[in-house]
Amino acid sequence: MKIGIVCPYSWDVPGGVQFHIRDLAEHLTRRDHEVSVLAPADDETPLPPYVVSAGRAVPVPYNGSVARLNFGFLSAARVRRWLHDGAFDVIHIHEPTSPSLGLLACWAAQGPIVATFHTSNPRSRAMIAAYPILQPALEKISARIAVSEYARRTLVEHLGGDAVVIPNGVDVGFFADAEPKEEWQGDTIGFIGRIDEPRKGLPVLMRALPKILAERPRTRLLVAGRGDEKEAVAGLPEHLRDRVEFLGMVSDEDKARFLRSVDVYIAPNTGGESFGIILVEAMSAGAPVLASDLDAFAQVLDGGAAGELFANEDADALATAAVRLLGDPDRLAELRERGSSHVRRFDWSTVGADVLAVYETVTDGTSSVDADDRVGLLTRLGLTRD
Amino acid sequence: MSTLIWVAVALVVVAVYLSWTAGRLDRLHSRLDAARAALDAQLLRRASITQELGTAGVLDPASSMVLYQAAHAARQAEEEHREVAESELSQALRAVFEEPAQVEAVREAPGGEAALEELAEAVRRVPMARRFHNDAVRAARALRRHRKVRWFRLAGHAPFPLAFEMDDEPPAALVARAAH
Repeated sequence: MKIGIVCPYSWDVPGGVQFHIRDLAEHLTRRDHEVSVLAPADDETPLPPYVVSAGRAVPVPYNGSVARLNFGFLSAARVRRWLHDGAFDVIHIHEPTSPSLGLLACWAAQGPIVATFHTSNPRSRAMIAAYPILQPALEKISARIAVSEYARRTLVEHLGGDAVVIPNGVDVGFFADAEPKEEWQGDTIGFIGRIDEPRKGLPVLMRALPKILAERPRTRLLVAGRGDEKEAVAGLPEHLRDRVEFLGMVSDEDKARFLRSVDVYIAPNTGGESFGIILVEAMSAGAPVLASDLDAFAQVLDGGAAGELFANEDADALATAAVRLLGDPDRLAELRERGSSHVRRFDWSTVGADVLAVYETVTDGTSSVDADDRVGLLTRLGLTRD
Repeated sequence: MSTLIWVAVALVVVAVYLSWTAGRLDRLHSRLDAARAALDAQLLRRASITQELGTAGVLDPASSMVLYQAAHAARQAEEEHREVAESELSQALRAVFEEPAQVEAVREAPGGEAALEELAEAVRRVPMARRFHNDAVRAARALRRHRKVRWFRLAGHAPFPLAFEMDDEPPAALVARAAH
């Protein structure tokens, strides 16, 4: 099958959607499908052979933050050419509502279109204003995929219609087979994420830390991620600061080893999550997970069966749960086991088969994707429905 | 004179807009046809593999009868009874493959593994195809209810699209197996 995938965000900037597309493209290529990814990228950036650059993304203030987007005539022309040259059986657009390549591709293509909705942001004002403009483009999508039941609910509320839920995929084997690192083992709790992004929840964990250390003074907190380390520990009493170790940005391999090593992985995120891939990665590596009870997290953790949940933003609840878990090796072993069997549904072998099933469902009995050539008025008057 | 020009310009603009809307509607109708064909194909596929399992002798006689009956009824059903017949096939499949033990028994029979694989795929794809179909129905209806479409009869003689409502819950034991 010839598959075209459209990535709305810059290929040179790491992000959840980009990683998802990379893994999906590589999985499909291994299954002998022909994959081409259209993504915004600087012309100098080295790209994998399956990625086609749609030009440089322009930083624009959008929806409260600066987003790097692609639009304008030049990008639209590149999208058309890519569609024309590719002759795809199906195209898969990610985030079709962001004002970038996804929307352009949706606008320019006809034929079987699959779209994945990653975010579950509440409807923005820009979206409300743009709705009548978006509708003709969005109604071309033959199949919608939401990454979680939560994302599906948001999608149905805002755009109507329905979607199938296919979770983000994880290479479970990669995490399960990683070698634990000795210096990260022994009474350690782990956190991965941007330090200076409050929604990732490190401040909540910092508030809980004194209480955890009071009960279990040998505990160490390992933090992997970018950000200002001094500012992060500023709220902590002086004598406790050496219990926190910052590892900075870690590679994929080190991330897997990190998750294999820690006693408990803590995800104190306070919002803005539509899936929670890091929890799946932690469970794949056999790390017991303690996470805030966001909708998306509760769903990934099977309502608390595959990992423990605490009340969102409640540092006391986090501390209590962490202390209880760290002192209960049987419960930790149980969580490891449950997590490992629960993540199998997120493995690329399952997720990839589901995505392919969607492609096959929409391509059954239709022609391939092509550029949507505008039909002239006269032709159309001559060709009214028969 | 200039009034006449403005009227002409307005008329052309309206005509282009209506023509563009007709194009949108046309595209929605072909999307709907494709979705309907895909749903039809998935339902037929599910009924065929069920019938195959019912006659293969890998199940006990009672289960075989139940499956064969339901699959046969689903394939023969008239259009207006189809939703009910397909729902009954889903119920029959759930009744037979409720127990993981039953699934294991079929798997051990010669050729059972492949048949189960195909059935698991079919029961997974029916709900997918149905969601895509009903999504297309909703989009087409939303546009067809619009004033401009009704007043200018842009939909022509195309029938008003109807959603396909059925019970498509797959048997838990089969899906659990497929996830592994």
